[in-house]
Amino acid sequence: MDRKELLALAKDLFSAAGISGHEQPARDVVRPTWEPLVDEIEVSRLGSLHGLRHGRGPAPRPRVLLAAHMDAVGLMVKQVVGSFLRVSDIGGVDARLLPGQPVVVHGRRDLPAVVAHPPLQLLPPERPAKSAPRTHEMWVDMGLSAAEVGRWVRVGDVISFAQPPFELGETRITGRGLDDRVGILAITVCLHELQHVAHRWEVAAVATVNEEMTYGGAYTSAFSLRPELAVAVDATHATGLPGLPEFKAFPMGGGPTIGIGSDIHPGLLRTFEAAAKAAEIPYLLEVMPGHSGTDARAMQVTQDGVPTMVVSIPVRYMHSPVEVVDLSDIERTGRLMAAVIAALDDDYMQRLVWE
Amino acid sequence: MPRTSTARARPRSAPAARRRGIRPRPASPAVLRNSLERLRRLSEASGVSGDEGAVRQIVLEAIDGHADEVRVDALGNVLARARTGSRRGVRVMLAAHMDEVGLMVIGVTTEGMLKFDRVGGVDERTLVAKPVLVGHARVPGVIGGAPPHLIDWEDEPSPYKIPALAIDIGARTKEEALERVHPGDAAVFATRFERLGNVLRGKALDDRVGVATLIELVLDPPPGIELLAAFTTQEEVGLRGAAVAAHALDPQAAIVLDCTPANDLPLWDGSENTTYNTRLGFGPAIYVGDRGTLPNPRLIEHLARTAEAAGLPYQYRQPGGGSTDAAAIHLARKGIPSISLSVPGRYLHTPLSMIFFDDWRASVSLVRAALARLRLDDIR
Repeated sequence: MDRKELLALAKDLFSAAGISGHEQPARDVVRPTWEPLVDEIEVSRLGSLHGLRHGRGPAPRPRVLLAAHMDAVGLMVKQVVGSFLRVSDIGGVDARLLPGQPVVVHGRRDLPAVVAHPPLQLLPPERPAKSAPRTHEMWVDMGLSAAEVGRWVRVGDVISFAQPPFELGETRITGRGLDDRVGILAITVCLHELQHVAHRWEVAAVATVNEEMTYGGAYTSAFSLRPELAVAVDATHATGLPGLPEFKAFPMGGGPTIGIGSDIHPGLLRTFEAAAKAAEIPYLLEVMPGHSGTDARAMQVTQDGVPTMVVSIPVRYMHSPVEVVDLSDIERTGRLMAAVIAALDDDYMQRLVWE
Repeated sequence: MPRTSTARARPRSAPAARRRGIRPRPASPAVLRNSLERLRRLSEASGVSGDEGAVRQIVLEAIDGHADEVRVDALGNVLARARTGSRRGVRVMLAAHMDEVGLMVIGVTTEGMLKFDRVGGVDERTLVAKPVLVGHARVPGVIGGAPPHLIDWEDEPSPYKIPALAIDIGARTKEEALERVHPGDAAVFATRFERLGNVLRGKALDDRVGVATLIELVLDPPPGIELLAAFTTQEEVGLRGAAVAAHALDPQAAIVLDCTPANDLPLWDGSENTTYNTRLGFGPAIYVGDRGTLPNPRLIEHLARTAEAAGLPYQYRQPGGGSTDAAAIHLARKGIPSISLSVPGRYLHTPLSMIFFDDWRASVSLVRAALARLRLDDIR
């Protein structure tokens, strides 16, 4: 998969809304992309996409699950007030980026709208003038009459950021939903790499649903696919904005981060580090002391337990409509996973033991 | 091609309007199409105060061959005399400002991020997480904010202020950034203009909608007056272009075509919003007094009566803060009777402003009708 193909797919994926619980637009992009790269494809009961690539080893083959979530953060209609909507957020959106934000209300039809934060004189007088905007203060405005709004919109409709993706500089792209469509892209790069690899293991590429709210896709897909190993490919924070806490953000263009912490099996971590060094792929260690905040947390505790790994791609301004990623980091993440899969032999699980 | 489409409603008080010979003449579909396309180009053009060149170019191209004495003055204003055929009518200046509020690059960090300050009153709340276009080359960039994961939500976060923000153009180093942008480059929001039925959305509709109206009037001027058009600069930073334009044109009266906030949102507790300034869908807004101008009462009367006679909707802009080019124009020379007429717009000075198509068209009809029946007696 060359850079041009990756960029085109990235634009398609970032253009799909796919708010948590409403992932179909994203799935409609991923499915035809993965179909030619896998031997079987199916949609889980909760809506996750499973692509299965058979390995060359003797059946029953061990299976590695690569998970990236295709749902994105957004808003949901909480109340219809005449021509305007009150909203709450889905998956964690900083209210401060909502004023002036173009959005699309996914009602009986898609309605372009904008989020408005009222001028001070229209807010409660006891509200401190200098405090930051809050989500409950916002109005979503479609410019329609109350009658039309009543016809097209109801409580529970999801709202996505309207921002279309565009290239930023020579190697970067910006848009909404990069968390975690960048993971989907990395898995796609990996599947392309595997076309030329006689891997022993079975590979399950999974685009999960509901990650931003409940990890529902990861729990249920790991349960039904029963993998020996599971890898969550997600977005992590990139440096660039001043004032970010130290060691919580990673440089862009420096390759993926590899997680270390309670969500991650230390033996699997060694395998990833060895594969990265052998393939000369740069990476950084990302310390995840508690909950990694990824699908790994859910997959780890399904069935009788799954050794898990978290590989992350640095993304700036996460959960905003202008997230930024460096395409080279996606490519390196995909190549790293392919290198790990190529190194998995028939006896790997016998060697993966706790010290 | 018919002059009017059958779908277009007749003015409500058509008999009275006919009697006075001021029935508004609806623009033909072809004229409307051209005007909308021109408004789209105007809205999407970069024209931050002091850097109005791209807008000026659109204006000059549009009026080329349709006006006499077209000139660009020392401050970058485009001044023109419309070809009305008659030189005996009142000399009326019509002004619309070409500039918009925006940002300016003040420096580049070692990581290649652009620090910026604002030009004019950009709504600071609306900067975060928006795309922008930097400089004449319109280099795409974004203004990013911290991810919510890394914010301490125990203490309420403070609002984003400009010193904490930067434009990210995807440059990896300072040197790479400086190959594409320079301190002093202006930046605008990268908002596409859209028409959705009666809703027009875009950036800088304040005051590109006024510019679009004024171009239409120059291309097809009302009879009986001498129309002096001023497409002004630097309104948003202190009405600078208008001051010198009024001095140069020396009109007998002036009408400023602007776009004014419609704060017509519901209140938090459902009570009546009484401080809306203007409301979308209620027609063009006639000024009765703002912080900069006490409009000529006879002009207020003239506009309102014209609207009523022509069956056009109108509203009075609630008196209060804000000002328009009229604040500078009415003080020029020995004083110029002036008034402002605005299209109401929501979310001005933010990335995406919203106006109603019908309000805009009614404003064009109202100005045209008011000019056609304006006599010197109406203002003295």
